[in-house]
Amino acid sequence: MDLILFLIFASIALVCAVNVVVQKHPISSAVSLIGVMGSLAMLYLLLGAEFVAAAQVIVYAGAVMVLFVFVIMLLNAGKETPRGGSFMAQLLGTPVLLGLLLVLALLARHMYPPEAMVHFGGFRGGAPRAIGKALFTTYLLPFEATSILILIAIVGAVVLARKEMD
Amino acid sequence: MQQVPIAWFLMLSAALFVLGVAGFLFRRNIITVFMSIELMLNAVNLSFIAFTYQLNQADGHFDAFQVDGHLLAFFTMVVAAAEAAVGLAIILTVYRNRATLNIDEVDSMKN
Repeated sequence: MDLILFLIFASIALVCAVNVVVQKHPISSAVSLIGVMGSLAMLYLLLGAEFVAAAQVIVYAGAVMVLFVFVIMLLNAGKETPRGGSFMAQLLGTPVLLGLLLVLALLARHMYPPEAMVHFGGFRGGAPRAIGKALFTTYLLPFEATSILILIAIVGAVVLARKEMD
Repeated sequence: MQQVPIAWFLMLSAALFVLGVAGFLFRRNIITVFMSIELMLNAVNLSFIAFTYQLNQADGHFDAFQVDGHLLAFFTMVVAAAEAAVGLAIILTVYRNRATLNIDEVDSMKN
């Protein structure tokens, strides 16, 4: 059961991520990205990260992607014009990226032996109570700094998106 | 009940990250490039969650959980939300001033 659920959601995430990269229209990429985020939220849930899974759906798949879709609609972004990149980039891009993937996968295999298993339900510490306790004790200062960061982001976005830029 | 190796989660994370890098490098639409960045951030978050599981599994005592990885993922989400707000405002400004979304045509700082 664990394996089946993992394979289902991992393949959904992978297919949608490939779709994000290969689709020519930005709105198709955005919808595929929502698929990636939704299936990742399911994987978080299976790993016991209940709070992060909920935040993933609300913040990422909800707020951030609505912002993206809104901007795509507002700018009426169409298909992107195909363009030949530099010769070296076309020649080397895919092999170099595949090499990076190979290195990362081998590293993951090397770090954790095959007998290090995930048993869904084996970790139950990701509930909002535990997260909130850590957030307001150990991580209080970063949390407060985060509020200032968001304030700066809001002001910056308003200033940047103003009507006249002079 | 079949179980899943922790390395598979990390490999999925690596694959998503590499796809994000590919989108960042190969795509020309500024919005799609921005979405590729979000894809990379998501891939890293998956690694954090998997590491947290493994950390608590390796410890063995389940009375005190280590949820630092979850908090890192949470802070990543917050920073990504702030980044999306500012970045999309920048995209709007660029489009208003240049009427293009192609990153090859936004080259004032070239040369």
